[in-house]
Amino acid sequence: MALLYTRRLLATPRLVAAATRASSWWSHVEMGPPDPILGVTEAFKRDTNSKKMNLGVGAYRDDSGKPYVLNCVRKAEAMIASKKMDKEYLPIGGLADFTRASAELALGENSEVLKSGRYVTVQGISGTGSLRIGANFLQRFFKSSREVYLPKPSWGNHTPIFRDAGLQLQAYRYYDPKTCSLDFSGAMDDISKRNLLVYFDMAYQGFASGDINRDAWAVRYFIDQGINVLISQSYAKNMGLYGERAGAFTIICSNAEEAKRVESQLKILIRPMYSNPPLNGARIASIILNTPDIRKEWLVEVKGMADRIISMRTQLVSNLKKEGSSHNWQHITDQIGMFCFTGLKPEQVERLIKEFSIYMTKDGRISVAGVTSGNVGYLAHAIHQVTK
Amino acid sequence: MAASIFSAVPRAPPVAVFKLTADFREDGDSRKVNLGVGAYRTDEGQPWVLPVVKKVEQMIANDNSLNHEYLPILGLPEFRANASRIALGDDSPAIKENRIGGVQSLGGTGALRIGAEFLRRWYNGNNNTATPVYISTPSWENHNSVFVDAGFKDIRTYHYWDAAKRGLDLQGLLDDMEKAPEFSIFILHACAHNPTGTDPTPDQWKQIAAVMKRRFLFPFFDSAYQGFASGSLDKDAWAVRYFVSEGFELFCAQSFSKNFGLYNERVGNLTVVGKDTDNVQRVLSQMEKIVRTTWSNPPSQGARIVATTLSSPQLFAEWKDNVKTMADRVLLMRSELRSRLEALGTPGTWNHITEQIGMFSFTGLNPKQVEYMIKEKHIYLMASGRINMCGLTTKNLDYVAKSIHEAVTKIQ
Repeated sequence: MALLYTRRLLATPRLVAAATRASSWWSHVEMGPPDPILGVTEAFKRDTNSKKMNLGVGAYRDDSGKPYVLNCVRKAEAMIASKKMDKEYLPIGGLADFTRASAELALGENSEVLKSGRYVTVQGISGTGSLRIGANFLQRFFKSSREVYLPKPSWGNHTPIFRDAGLQLQAYRYYDPKTCSLDFSGAMDDISKRNLLVYFDMAYQGFASGDINRDAWAVRYFIDQGINVLISQSYAKNMGLYGERAGAFTIICSNAEEAKRVESQLKILIRPMYSNPPLNGARIASIILNTPDIRKEWLVEVKGMADRIISMRTQLVSNLKKEGSSHNWQHITDQIGMFCFTGLKPEQVERLIKEFSIYMTKDGRISVAGVTSGNVGYLAHAIHQVTK
Repeated sequence: MAASIFSAVPRAPPVAVFKLTADFREDGDSRKVNLGVGAYRTDEGQPWVLPVVKKVEQMIANDNSLNHEYLPILGLPEFRANASRIALGDDSPAIKENRIGGVQSLGGTGALRIGAEFLRRWYNGNNNTATPVYISTPSWENHNSVFVDAGFKDIRTYHYWDAAKRGLDLQGLLDDMEKAPEFSIFILHACAHNPTGTDPTPDQWKQIAAVMKRRFLFPFFDSAYQGFASGSLDKDAWAVRYFVSEGFELFCAQSFSKNFGLYNERVGNLTVVGKDTDNVQRVLSQMEKIVRTTWSNPPSQGARIVATTLSSPQLFAEWKDNVKTMADRVLLMRSELRSRLEALGTPGTWNHITEQIGMFSFTGLNPKQVEYMIKEKHIYLMASGRINMCGLTTKNLDYVAKSIHEAVTKIQ
């Protein structure tokens, strides 16, 4: 039987008044706003229209609209099952074979940084966890500034990650809604300051163009220019390891000795968060990256995913033309990766949802991975209807 | 060249328990024994993957309908429900009244951290970093760091271990609770206190609960050894369930690292017990926000293994059996060590070795004696005198007992 009691209030101005009825500690806790992207999926699930399309969540789908487990992942899993390994704790910094291979993947195997050892890579909980480690590290050790500049717009979760780490957010111009492409001069204006710390979020290496080296070009160029960057990597999309949470966080340092000091501090940050990282995803990724023939197979598969997305972009544009749309849809094929900023306005998105059961976020962003050769015609038709 | 932005970053000291294992690994002496890190070992001194875990992993590997899609932010629903049920009991009134929730977390540590972050934001006001947090002396050393990093500014200790009588300092504990400001948060070890192995008796728990209720203190349980301590899941959950039956709202951070042997899969659950459904739902919605910026959603492998096991009567029975195997071996090592020390006539009393419970024993060895053990005898244990009973085997019992005898007689 629950014993009901009344709470006396602390006489501090910060304490919110408790509810008058016999109450919970949590009476004043507000309901958190629903996640905008999950909300899309929830609404999609409730929809009974057989033609419905979910273009919200960023997870790859094959041409039948199904989740795709890569063959190289299955091969790696079979190897793991046969080896009967133990389940002992990983070191705080994660699986060494994985972190080393991750650094190589990002930097290129001939990188001077790798040779000199002037870097530290720790295993992180996919992209989010890796970003958060970096954010917490900067809050603790980067004394020059508390401000983080994000492109406008950015992934919705970037802002709360850095904010929860105790940093402040600023924006630099990035997307030009008039052209649906990069506002280069605007970005340059906002970025032209000196001594900026660069933090790359690389969640789609290989998945964007189909070529892992091409997708890492910017990261490697910056390093070649002498900029010691921070890098967050995710294997959620490029290896389809979403729920296994495989990721890595890297800091390029001045020298190996500094890297050791930085590493020791990263461990101090990680230990009170979750002690040490989960093994399964990292082990799969490590086997893929470190086993030559499995790695080759991975490169083919990731190109396959990228190619399918590129082909859906092309088909969407050609279908829109066929529908008779007079708008310029070039940005659909100019843009790259899983997502497309269609340029659709909120009212048009609303109509797509209500009249056609095509679900996307209010900003007009679609996950191209949710488009198939079976539904691209329907999508084009619907978009034309709401934009003509 | 401009100085690095990281040139002033100091070298942090290594985490003690991992340094101990690293030193052990480098030691070339054939007699060496590792009584440091808290992980189960067989009588051959090897890690043990539970037979039921092997079986379930094979089932998962053979199931082609499974994929690697994201779990929901709060985790695998079947895992969360079953995990909380294990802690609270099948017949829990809180479950019947639908006023509980679970957050799948990265091990027990992750569950503690999510709970701590939530409390800092939402407990005792909004963002009240001044709420005192009480941690036992001694405790798992990471407790302190979890609450500091979550933003709490006032971390205090409460009396727990009485070194003189080698047992619980109940009066000291209760006094600290009487003196603690109202609404303070208390971290309580659900069973098998780490590092002392000394738990309150049911009667003592009742006294603790009475004070906490009267003084509006918040119970945050850390349950890392359920089943592993006594061999019985229900017995090891008695304290948590008692508090629930007394009407408390509480958190319980559960770890499945030890009782499932799933250390590196990071399987944990933060169980939330509230006054009613509505409150729990709002709490979970805010915890979701915290999870989203920490790890977005949790890893699936370990949760699948636990959920599959707990939801099948047959697998559940097998699991309980595996857990009892581990608990029984620990109990055997306890009695074997104690009888050897008593037979050797080692000065002092040694009944605490069998009276303590769980993986660890606070031997009572002082730092100098510990240093002797490590340097001269190549037996690795924490400076506090804490030993991991799982590091003992039938092969090394004699050597360890003799070495303790030497340390106690030679070093003061």
